[in-house]
Amino acid sequence: MKERAALIDRTSRNDFVTYGMVLAVFVIVQILSSAGVLTNQLQGLLVPLCVYAIMAVSLNLVVGILGELSIGHAGFMCVGAFVSALFSNQVGDGMPSLLRFVIAILLGGLFAGIFGFLIGVPVLRLNGDYLAIVTLAFGEIIKNIINAIYIGIDGSGLHASLTSANKLVDPESGVILINGPQGITGTPRDSSFLIGIILLLLSLVIALNLTHSRDGRAIMSIRDNHIAAESVGINITKYKLIAFTLSAVIAGFAGALYSHNLATLTATSARFGYNMSIMFLVFVVLGGIGNFRGGIIAAVVLTLIPELLRFLSNYRMLIYAIVLIVMMIISWNPASRAFMEKHKLGSHLFKKNAKAGKEGK
Amino acid sequence: MVTLIENLINGLSMGSIYAIIAIGYTMVYGIAKMLNFAHGDIIMVGSYAAFILISTMGLPVPAGILASVVICLCLGILIEKIAYKPLRNAGSPLAVLITAIGVSYFLQNGAMLVFGSNTKSFTSVIPAQIQTLQIGPFQVKGIAVVSILTSLVLVGILQVFINRTRPGQAMLACSQDRAAASLMGISVNNTITLTFAIGSAMAAIAGVLMCSYSPALTPTTGAMPGIKAFTAAVFGGIGSIPGAMVGGLVLGIIEQLSKYYISQQVSDAIVFGVLIVILLVKPTGLFGKVIQEKV
Repeated sequence: MKERAALIDRTSRNDFVTYGMVLAVFVIVQILSSAGVLTNQLQGLLVPLCVYAIMAVSLNLVVGILGELSIGHAGFMCVGAFVSALFSNQVGDGMPSLLRFVIAILLGGLFAGIFGFLIGVPVLRLNGDYLAIVTLAFGEIIKNIINAIYIGIDGSGLHASLTSANKLVDPESGVILINGPQGITGTPRDSSFLIGIILLLLSLVIALNLTHSRDGRAIMSIRDNHIAAESVGINITKYKLIAFTLSAVIAGFAGALYSHNLATLTATSARFGYNMSIMFLVFVVLGGIGNFRGGIIAAVVLTLIPELLRFLSNYRMLIYAIVLIVMMIISWNPASRAFMEKHKLGSHLFKKNAKAGKEGK
Repeated sequence: MVTLIENLINGLSMGSIYAIIAIGYTMVYGIAKMLNFAHGDIIMVGSYAAFILISTMGLPVPAGILASVVICLCLGILIEKIAYKPLRNAGSPLAVLITAIGVSYFLQNGAMLVFGSNTKSFTSVIPAQIQTLQIGPFQVKGIAVVSILTSLVLVGILQVFINRTRPGQAMLACSQDRAAASLMGISVNNTITLTFAIGSAMAAIAGVLMCSYSPALTPTTGAMPGIKAFTAAVFGGIGSIPGAMVGGLVLGIIEQLSKYYISQQVSDAIVFGVLIVILLVKPTGLFGKVIQEKV
């Protein structure tokens, strides 16, 4: 019993370090910003940083806790972004902006969750790389269709078309909601750094509490050995779906935060394509698979590197790529890892990597 | 009817280019057990190399293609040695996947620096007099015939190489059981290097064909065909060469038909949708092996 109490104590302390870190960053940024030290560029990055950190939490649920590879998470973010932006645009000034944004975020999460569930039911039968390619395919399909669809509303209801916005709605009473490749314009810019941090904390609470719950242990047992898990009576499909759907919901939150930070929302590849999904995966793997705090740190560091390297102008993305490769080799190569452990250089990041996959045992 | 057949031929030719890329993907996956996300960007490097050598420096076409194949072959070996080999025993297949993504960023941004981000117009490697062919009632692009023939020849050579030569047999052995193969005296390292070399050389050929087909050449030219070829490889059962060939052809045909008959914009969604349906019906692809897991 005592051991168990100590274990609980340690996990909750670990969680509080994570929450504390997010809060500390928030306070520091607030102080810096009121002191006027932050450049405009950094100010503009604050909300995207929150979005990416939330996506790192979301994807970590699937990759780290459930142990399945998903390279289509930007698709869920895309659903959340468009649903929430549609809602806010329709409501307009009919509601106080905070209430409107809260409902928009919840709707974004809800719809992304529904998509996650619907996609999860057939897809989670597959394993490994096959699952990965199907998630990639779904992400691309969502992006592709939103990019091609025209949706309008008028007195007689909703209309959709894949070809053009002409004659879609009644010219007097109708409005075009999604204008194909031009997307949605005029979403109110409700996102702020404060709301981003609150959402990040909320996703962390969801993710960490799930991980420490009975359900979370069931999910991790599937990751560690699905045959053993099945043989002790764990309903694999159910728990896989719980993890996948929750992850999609969190991605939907991130999408809502993202869309309310943009004047024009378009489903371009640069925003919601597989490249983005892969970037989220990079955060998760570099931060330590299954380690939520590491994922958030990696998201922040990897987003800031290209900005900090701006003085290198054209070379910065090249340097970024090299940094990424070198960081991966240093933190994952067996020889360099042994070297670091021997010389006690292993920072938190690297130690966690070594333990990744063993955590649930 | 005539348009349907012309569309089928166009689809087949684009499909055979996908097939050449997919075979590279699938060979690397079968032997190194890694998804080489940088494969698509090797296509791009191959196209740029051919473009510079043929259009700018005025080399004859066969020599230019050969040189770009050699450049990509060396590049493939170099990437494998520098970026992938240190992570071969890293424990998580994700580590090397992310490194491959890093390599992909590196190649794209390197090309951006060297060649600039503006679109280059690739001159077709097909002689002008056979740009369009009239076969009976059908009008067919010369490049379509050339790509279909090239892919058939390449697959034939590969089949002979793998089944009839010692290095080919070593590749098969490594793909089945790397540890057992090394116990039999096969150098796993050399075999993996050889696989990367062959895959990258084929990527160069695919690049030249692809850019002769649609001449716009940018640093991200290879990305989408790379992803589609990866889809084709999975579609056919990843690790299987005939599977990659069939997967590539089917994908090309579906893409062309949905572009022509349904919608240009959502053709990608249709291609990926068909992939999902196939995987749900046959979870290891068309020719994939079902591996029974034992406790």
